[in-house]
Amino acid sequence: MTRREFLKLSISGMASFTLSGMFGSRLEAGEARAKREFMGVLVDTTRCIGCRSCELACAEAHGLPIPNIDDASVFSSPRNMDPSHWTVVQRYKTEKGEIFVKRQCMHCNQPACVAACLVRAMKKREEGPVTWDENCMGCRYCMVSCPFDVPKFEYDKAFGRIMKCNMCYERLRIGKIPACVEACPSEALLFGRRRDLLHEAKRRIYGSTGRYFPHVYGETDVGGTGYLYLSAVPFERIGFRTDLGTKAYPEYTTGFLYSVPIVLILWPAFLTGIHHLTKEKKRKEVER
Amino acid sequence: MMEIGERAGRGYLLPSFGRLVVFLLYCAGLVLVFLKELKPKGKVFTPFNVITLPVILTGIFLVLRHLFEGLSAGSNVSQEFPWGVFIGFNVMVGVPFAGGAYVLAFVVYILNSEKYHPIIRPTILNGFLAYVFYASAIFLDLGRKWNMLNPFLGREFGVSSVLFLVAWHFLLYMIAQLIEFSPVVAEWLGLRRLRKVLASMTLGACVFGIALSTLHQAGLGALFMMAKGKIHPLWYTEFIPVLFFISSIFAGLSVVIVEGSISKRVFRDRMNDEYLNSYEEIVLGLGRAAAVSLFVYFFLKVLIFIHGQGWTYLEGGMGLWFLFEVLGLVLLPCIMFYEGVKRRSVNVIRTAAVITMLGIIVNRLNYSMIAYKWYVPLSARYVPTWQEVVITLTIIFVQLWIFRFVVNRMPVYGEVPEWAREEKRESVFAELGFTLAEGGERYAKR
Repeated sequence: MTRREFLKLSISGMASFTLSGMFGSRLEAGEARAKREFMGVLVDTTRCIGCRSCELACAEAHGLPIPNIDDASVFSSPRNMDPSHWTVVQRYKTEKGEIFVKRQCMHCNQPACVAACLVRAMKKREEGPVTWDENCMGCRYCMVSCPFDVPKFEYDKAFGRIMKCNMCYERLRIGKIPACVEACPSEALLFGRRRDLLHEAKRRIYGSTGRYFPHVYGETDVGGTGYLYLSAVPFERIGFRTDLGTKAYPEYTTGFLYSVPIVLILWPAFLTGIHHLTKEKKRKEVER
Repeated sequence: MMEIGERAGRGYLLPSFGRLVVFLLYCAGLVLVFLKELKPKGKVFTPFNVITLPVILTGIFLVLRHLFEGLSAGSNVSQEFPWGVFIGFNVMVGVPFAGGAYVLAFVVYILNSEKYHPIIRPTILNGFLAYVFYASAIFLDLGRKWNMLNPFLGREFGVSSVLFLVAWHFLLYMIAQLIEFSPVVAEWLGLRRLRKVLASMTLGACVFGIALSTLHQAGLGALFMMAKGKIHPLWYTEFIPVLFFISSIFAGLSVVIVEGSISKRVFRDRMNDEYLNSYEEIVLGLGRAAAVSLFVYFFLKVLIFIHGQGWTYLEGGMGLWFLFEVLGLVLLPCIMFYEGVKRRSVNVIRTAAVITMLGIIVNRLNYSMIAYKWYVPLSARYVPTWQEVVITLTIIFVQLWIFRFVVNRMPVYGEVPEWAREEKRESVFAELGFTLAEGGERYAKR
């Protein structure tokens, strides 16, 4: 090996090492390095009366079109979140009567959207909210990745935004609680530390016989979420997916991401080796 | 080879005012040459032109509308189906179709197989153009286009994202392919010294390019790993990245076979005897490789099917669709390739290649829109609008026009200038460690 070859090899080695370092760092996406515990909201669907005050408060807090909450006809057809409705109340008819369910971003502990974002426009904040930022490219990979189909994009604008509930991050920072929780007249929403909310949820389940279906949705689903739900009926009857598993979504890509530094380091060395071996063979063939 | 290349390079890059002026004049000259070259060669009113030109003009108009009015202008992408044909077809299908570039770079530059040398240039040109145009499809699909460079500028680096990796790899691989192809441009312009410098970088670019390709071909599949629960269980598996990588091998090979058989008619006057004489043997070799890689893919599919107890999902339309894809568009062309090679029939191989390409289209569309959210009723599903189809076709047609432009001017299919041929021979022997005269003699004796 000549000096030049050695230099070339070591430079390419260093280059791939640097690159792999870039791709390889912090593969466990999502979880913010929290100095404090995540905050969350407990939604007790047995207490919800379907008044939609939360929708109104949300629209007012975020400058969205003000909904007419006296109009009960919205419940007749299935309604989903969209760019101008960050939270919607849905109605389900079950064997235990009508159940109202408030939907919004679940604020996962390890969000798929955060792991998916290639410019870190989606962030899991220390306080618990998952927020969106203006440096977004509009690739909409977060929408493909989110297990709850929460992020919505403003398609009709030349410079659209991803719109979704941010757990009133701007209010949390000045010590207020989320607008929807503040507006709820029936105490169906409860804001607090996630651990305390879980405690309270279980107290409610075990403190009453038959009032609740014995599962807190979001305790372990997709690795845990900031919004936790209580229900009187099994969750699939009120529009929740119960087949998502308990593994945090970013972990589905870690296997691939771990292979990146390995391939980037080993492949070039391997390929260069083959090149040299076949070159020798060619030479022997020619010399023969 | 390196010795010569670098010595020339050092001289070339020496900074001095005089050289700079010469260089600038040279650049001006290049622009003039390029403008002159814009004049079409050959007939203007060919069927191809007559069909594609109106589509391209309509497409350009639609693209401009898209830029100014937002993504919903003439498009069916929705909150349920955020990715339409630009990502789901142009990128997802176009990238494996361009896989021939890295597969052949591996065969020719890493395995040092001279047999496939005649087809390396058109393949790399095709690959490079494909990436440029599919990157433009991504650009078109972005909802906030002016932020396009953010992942490269560090506003901010989302290193945990598979898409971040894919974006960087696209960029780097385009550069690698440009370097791989650049000696052809230098030959065309008659830039001897520059050609030497550029040619000396080919091996490095290939090694790097193959590593990048391995990862981003697999990465396109890894994008769907977090769509668990949205992709039908017959298609969703932990092995999606591996499946995407293996299928990019036979996808690329099939495109090379089909492209070759079309080019042989269209660009016959540009091809030298070396290309035409070796054509059949090359196609047989490619067919063999395609048969093997298809079989490996099929085998892996079967393993995954058994492991995931796939039969429990087989009932209903999606099950039939899955069987059609695996048996009709993977196993069938695999057998056809095998038979074609055994009978030395280029026609059978060509048909198998077309079916394989169809299979890749079906497979990738399954991941991006058909098996994706299979539970959504047909009325709410994503179906491209005619505007989206026209833009998709525009992207492909413009790419073909540029391919034709380059092939009609540069030495892509043979017709290498004598001086470049001489230099290449010299550099090969220099690398092998003996002089031209000596090596030439021994080579001639064989």
